[in-house]
Amino acid sequence: MDANEIYASLEKLFAGKVSDLKAEVLEPYLTVDKDAIVEICRFLCSAPGFKFEVLSDLTALDWPKEEKIQVVYHLFSYSHNHQIVLKVDLPRDNPKIATLENVWKVANWFEREVYDLFGVIFEGHSDLRRIMLPEDWVGYPLRKDYVEQEEYDGISTQRAPLVEKLLR
Amino acid sequence: MKPLINSLPETVFTTKIDDILNWGRASSQWYMLFGLACCAIELMQTGGPRADLDRFGAVPRATPRQSDLMIVAGTLTYKMAKRTKLLYDQMPDPKYVISMGSCSNCGGLFQLAYSVCKGVDKIVPVDVYVPGCPPRPEALTEGLLRIQDKMMRERWLVKPSRPAADQTEVSE
Amino acid sequence: MSEPAPAAGGFYTEDMTISVGPQHPSTHGVLRFVVKTDGEVISEAIPDVGYLHRSIEKIGEKVTYHGYVPYTDRADYLAAMFANQAFCMAAEKLAGTEVTRRGEFCRVIACELNRIASHLISVGTFGQDIGAMTPFVHALRERETINNLMEEICGARLTYNYIRIGGVGYDILPETCARIGEFLHHFEPIVDEFNRLLSGNKIFIERLAGVAVVSKEDAFSYNLVGPNLRGSGVKWDIRRDIPYSIYPELEFEIPVGTAQVGALGDSYDRYWVRIREMQESCGIVRQCLKMMPKGPAISKVPKKFRPPVGECYARVEAPRGDMGFYVVSDGSEYPYRVRIRTGSYTAMSIIDKISKGIMLADLIALIGSLDVDAPEIDR
Repeated sequence: MDANEIYASLEKLFAGKVSDLKAEVLEPYLTVDKDAIVEICRFLCSAPGFKFEVLSDLTALDWPKEEKIQVVYHLFSYSHNHQIVLKVDLPRDNPKIATLENVWKVANWFEREVYDLFGVIFEGHSDLRRIMLPEDWVGYPLRKDYVEQEEYDGISTQRAPLVEKLLR
Repeated sequence: MKPLINSLPETVFTTKIDDILNWGRASSQWYMLFGLACCAIELMQTGGPRADLDRFGAVPRATPRQSDLMIVAGTLTYKMAKRTKLLYDQMPDPKYVISMGSCSNCGGLFQLAYSVCKGVDKIVPVDVYVPGCPPRPEALTEGLLRIQDKMMRERWLVKPSRPAADQTEVSE
Repeated sequence: MSEPAPAAGGFYTEDMTISVGPQHPSTHGVLRFVVKTDGEVISEAIPDVGYLHRSIEKIGEKVTYHGYVPYTDRADYLAAMFANQAFCMAAEKLAGTEVTRRGEFCRVIACELNRIASHLISVGTFGQDIGAMTPFVHALRERETINNLMEEICGARLTYNYIRIGGVGYDILPETCARIGEFLHHFEPIVDEFNRLLSGNKIFIERLAGVAVVSKEDAFSYNLVGPNLRGSGVKWDIRRDIPYSIYPELEFEIPVGTAQVGALGDSYDRYWVRIREMQESCGIVRQCLKMMPKGPAISKVPKKFRPPVGECYARVEAPRGDMGFYVVSDGSEYPYRVRIRTGSYTAMSIIDKISKGIMLADLIALIGSLDVDAPEIDR
């Protein structure tokens, strides 16, 4: 199935909750309403004809000019060898979305990483805590307006002056 | 009774005993396996068949309690820094640290990163820096030989006559 | 903490929580496990990662496309060529750059040699964790020859920076091709030596048969890829099913786990898939050396590489599974976001589930059989 067919079927079944298909780009994607993400993903995972058994990737993009954080889901199907990308827009000052842990178990670790680096809260997650950075780290580093702290645990984070010049 | 360390005059007899003690230590440096990142693979290759570290008497030990050399091979992150200091403190004296590779010398190519410590010498005192990314096995072997030279210059029985630039004094 | 329970003879035991790592001779890189056990049988093993988080994804927003290729080397230093290739494929797809035909052949030769080197380390350290010290040294010896070949091709032994946008950095000379042929001729009997030392060894088989079985549904739900997925019986390989580069023209088999000593999807199956993949890689390199055309090794790419606005996801079949690079471009010469999706990250997420009820020593065998690698997890 290609992106147009998937979008047409989803629009019939979940009217109003999916929008904005971009099918001519390299990775066709469609935007999903944030309240409907769990039921749409559950449908896509098990429905015959779609069978997206695998959540390939779950990540986020930070768009400060448009005041949003976009959570990106890459779904893949081994049985039909097709893929689709779903995007959900969240407000930047309060990014909250339901967890997909019950649909694909791997979402547990992906969502912990997005929480750690972007600050997106996944409601219903069984164990939402930092994974890459130490527990007492302040701030969400992959956001575009992240400012590093002066020192961590007594170690200064100052760089050599030549390197400071290279930092954009 | 006065302790013997650094107390005797500099005669042929006492300097030769110092040399024998140092030669014994330098020919059996047991290093702790502290490979963190890519340099750890080159450390393994240096201990491997072609550039053999075992011919210098250096064998890898898993625990810091049985080692006198710590080869910090790889990038040190802030999360790992506390554990590095803990491991260094567990090593018995006299102990030495080789900083292997650019990442542990100064942060390397990860100086732009937010989570990387810019050099392991912010945490532990370093004796020899081995540059490279990763250093060749021959470069690491050279680093080991420099530690051997440093060990041979130390004085244990003899009272040090020169100030401490290249001599190690054992403090009470 | 559970109540102390009297065992046979009135001997009391309690559960204890042990921290395995981050400095441990057999965790593959700096990983830490918080293990709840009663002394021998594990009730819970929770991984704790992030000790090698070098923020490679954030650095992608600060350096140019050409300048980011050395950072991709360090995303998985045992399979550096694959990470280079995945990033370059993503950048080329974004900008519509063509790769020269000779460049594609050089890429495949370098990648398959790197696959052999990575599987050698994987098999060698796996044997060492189980207790067999000799095959590790044999693996390092073969890897030295591959390191010499890589040094002839691109100048570096471990972090290559060889595959560039538009082709490869340096051409492979005819003398190097002859030496690669000699190495393959020498290496194929060595795999039989490994089989005699390790694969057919009764102690090895008894330690691994039936340990930590991963079913097909679990492999899908936890998104295992690469030899971990193929060990559970799923015949899926990116080189065959989402082909890229010149792999459609090459002939090779995809080894799959067949439950030869225990259950389907146990640790021995995953190990056996890696041994067979080394043999298949030798065949692929032989075919490439025969078919290699003449021509330039890299196409003309502007120094200020500015792809148009868009995003792209490129996958390659790395030794540890499907490595994907998701590159988002905003039209400038610096990427807007680079996301690296690796196979070891998801393999770590399954450890908590399949380690319930196994012994402490089997946990080490399990981690070795999944072939997790700290830089891939933490990036």
